[in-house]
Amino acid sequence: MKIAFELNGKPTSLEIEPRETLAEVLRARCRLTGVKLSCESQVCGTCTVLVDNIPVSACTYLAYEIRDKHVTTIEGLAGGGRLHPLQQAFLDNFAFQCGFCTPGMILAAKSLLDENASASDEEIIAYMNGNLCRCTGYLGILKAIRQAASGFQTHMNQKKRTGE
Amino acid sequence: MSNAKKNDAKKFAVVNHSVPRADGVAKVTGTATYASDITLERMAWAKLLRSPFAHAKIRSVDVSEARRQPGVIDVLTGNELGPLHPYYGHAVKDHPLLAIGKVRFVGEPVAAVIGEDELSAQEALDKIKVDYEELTPVLDVKAALAPGAVLVHGTDYLGGAFRGFDDFTDFPGSTKNICQDVHVEWGDVDAAFASAAHIVEGEFYFPMVYAYAMEPYVAVADYDPNGQLTVYSSAQHPFMVRHDLAEVFDLPLNSVRVIVPYVGGGYGSKSYTKIEPLTAACSWKVSRPVKLQLNVEEAFLTTRSDDARVYIRTAVDRKGKLVAKQATIHLNTGAYAENSPMVCRKAANRIVGPYRFPNVKVDCLAIYTNTVPASSYRGLGAAQITFPVESQMDELALKIGCDPQEFRLRNLAHSGESIHPGLRPIDADVPGDIRIAAEALRSNGALAPKHGRSVCCSCSDAGAHPVTLAMVQVYADGSVSVLSGSPAIGQGSHTVLAQIAAEEMGVPLEKVKVFGTDTAVMLFERSTGASRTTTLMGRAVMEACREAIAQCKSMAAEVLSVPANEFTEERGGIRHGKDWLSWPEIMERYFQMEGCSIIGRAYLRRAGPFKSVPIFWEIGVVGTEIALDEETGKISLDTLVTVGDVGLAIHPAMTESQDLGAATMGLGIGLFEELIYDGQQLMNGTMLEYRVPRFSDLARRVELKLVQNQDGVGPYGAKGGGEGSVNPIGACLANALYQAAGVRIRSLPLTPERVWKALQEKKAQPPVTQKKSAAAPKPRARRRPARKARAPERRA
Repeated sequence: MKIAFELNGKPTSLEIEPRETLAEVLRARCRLTGVKLSCESQVCGTCTVLVDNIPVSACTYLAYEIRDKHVTTIEGLAGGGRLHPLQQAFLDNFAFQCGFCTPGMILAAKSLLDENASASDEEIIAYMNGNLCRCTGYLGILKAIRQAASGFQTHMNQKKRTGE
Repeated sequence: MSNAKKNDAKKFAVVNHSVPRADGVAKVTGTATYASDITLERMAWAKLLRSPFAHAKIRSVDVSEARRQPGVIDVLTGNELGPLHPYYGHAVKDHPLLAIGKVRFVGEPVAAVIGEDELSAQEALDKIKVDYEELTPVLDVKAALAPGAVLVHGTDYLGGAFRGFDDFTDFPGSTKNICQDVHVEWGDVDAAFASAAHIVEGEFYFPMVYAYAMEPYVAVADYDPNGQLTVYSSAQHPFMVRHDLAEVFDLPLNSVRVIVPYVGGGYGSKSYTKIEPLTAACSWKVSRPVKLQLNVEEAFLTTRSDDARVYIRTAVDRKGKLVAKQATIHLNTGAYAENSPMVCRKAANRIVGPYRFPNVKVDCLAIYTNTVPASSYRGLGAAQITFPVESQMDELALKIGCDPQEFRLRNLAHSGESIHPGLRPIDADVPGDIRIAAEALRSNGALAPKHGRSVCCSCSDAGAHPVTLAMVQVYADGSVSVLSGSPAIGQGSHTVLAQIAAEEMGVPLEKVKVFGTDTAVMLFERSTGASRTTTLMGRAVMEACREAIAQCKSMAAEVLSVPANEFTEERGGIRHGKDWLSWPEIMERYFQMEGCSIIGRAYLRRAGPFKSVPIFWEIGVVGTEIALDEETGKISLDTLVTVGDVGLAIHPAMTESQDLGAATMGLGIGLFEELIYDGQQLMNGTMLEYRVPRFSDLARRVELKLVQNQDGVGPYGAKGGGEGSVNPIGACLANALYQAAGVRIRSLPLTPERVWKALQEKKAQPPVTQKKSAAAPKPRARRRPARKARAPERRA
């Protein structure tokens, strides 16, 4: 079947099999290998991508569900040669080691901060509890999301002050 | 190096600074390539049929229908491996690529379908007909050791790559279910127990756990019948994999190329050879590149940790000094030896801990059973034995009425003291580390009700066998590349090695690149584990840089026509009178050509500073404060303190992150991780059922301390880290639980169910009167008759 959707801001149409998962389509057909697969049962959060800004587990989300929707993967986050503030915050706080969980982690955090730019530690921990990391023990990730959250806030406050 | 002073640290330009990670941008933008991302032209996919029985003869395998399925290229079974040497294993060559004649655990690969795509291969698995004859399985160590026990192997095997090293020998599997037997002894244990003032003894159980590297095992193999084999793999030890592949396919080392891109977590579970020979055999079978990507459920069936039953007793004299330790350790090694013989060796060494013991006797067995093969797991035997050792230190302290921390300090070996006859003296400040952790916990203030605190330690003969070779290529434009055979498994080695090269060559960090491992290009590195990379590869890179510098100086002498003693080395080049010449300038003048490069190299072996083993002692010091919910038995971590005694942290932030990561893995084992067998079947081998630490398990307060005494043999006095913190956590939690609620649990994990039951049992018992608080002074020396050691028994 043929589907049309927006992938990282670009209109895309693809021929897919109805049984294919979003992860299979993104990794194999679109060669977006930043989408990583681990548990394949919606436990670990590694395969998280955003569909209309909502995090989904691409391992079990059927690709035909993205018809006419916007899909964002880790490859679509940096824009105009600049890293997204969350990507920068993950670098600044050494919020990863092996990096396998990082794409899903960053996308889940983006969804959180888009929804709640001033998330507290408790809110961050509750929201991110479905994304596993086996290397870091989570503290660096918490600090990175905190940094990006305060960055968002500064950004929002500046917007308010300048009347944007 | 080792006697450099602490305050030298501030003179470093690049090392000892938390610089940006070399792999950082690639990993946050999704461009970092892992072996699972590799796709080759004409690549086919393999899928595995796995055994439903723990122990069975394979009467026949009928693959004719499977071969006829659409999209199927071919099917490989154990019967067709004749032209190959189908058994591998670096310790014991007991592991067939595919089951040959017999299966030895539920989940063992029996046949591989090679298809045009993953789905075709997967669907054809159902069409394979295997006729099994079930045999009596050996499911635990007690059954395996029983007189007349069924033999898991019943065959003799050759030793593997390490034959003759590290106690590994050919293995007489035809007579028993033991694949390694290690005995450590000094002094006179029997006499010491007979005259001891106090003795504690007990039996402990450390569970079977799964490392859950988030990237499951994957390999892509391309076998060229003209005699070249190329394998992309998620392996931690590419040169060990190369060795096994060369033997299986009877190829020279230069015809086996193992390439390891970024690795998605290892923690020991990706050490040594896993699925590479099987993937290569599939490619050999179909003359096409083949990818074998396991899923996590299959990874559960590939490698786990050795679970351990430890019977241990420890004695003190009247003054509260440790006088004797005796232990019997039974490791459940599963169906194949893998690296368990080494786990066995290390568990036996490490059970002594960082303490002075005049009398020691340890017997450790690695025992075959019909379960998933066990192998390396972060800590390599140390986590298994630190739980009993450090639980018992608290038990003993309480028994003699001494504060547990004071009791440890009284008995810890100081820097320079020997704890193992014949091994390197302690090269760390363990008493100081313990004090730092205890102080950090004390700053929480008075202990709240139902809270408990504990500081525990471990001491590991780390680094593995020191053979590490490295090259640096120094280019005439001032850039440098490091050719290291140690893969980037997340530990940050590409950053650390670049820092060392930048420090030595006097070039900006941005000018240094460290490449992913390719055995066709890189020199031999024995392994990437045992916390060795910074110490050994770091030192090799440092020495390789110095060798390149020596070459540059010879060139400078020639181009300047002056003896080398007339100029001095100055960061990044030489000074001759008023002139300063950089390394690139010297090279350009020497070669009279732009774009040249030179190679500096270093060969480290067991000689010089690495003659004495271990190359360093890895110390784990962890402090925890827990909060107990008595209603549910749930333990939560209030405070976590780690102390990394690392000599010098080449990259402090990543060193701290390693300590926290290791401690968090330890927390998982301490509180909820355990693989559970029901009969032949692993019951919880999926991430739906196997619970690892999550965000919400993060302690309320985390303190990550580093001790940098520059007392190691690595570069600038560095030592390895990253494993130590996993080891003490189980005992920390158990000891803190005892302080919080007065119950002593000798099996991990401390699940709410287990804790709640212990609390109920305690309530049901009449109060024990002879127990005194830890603060009670004056231990009364009482002579106890020594009890004879007995073999571990299964706990009810």
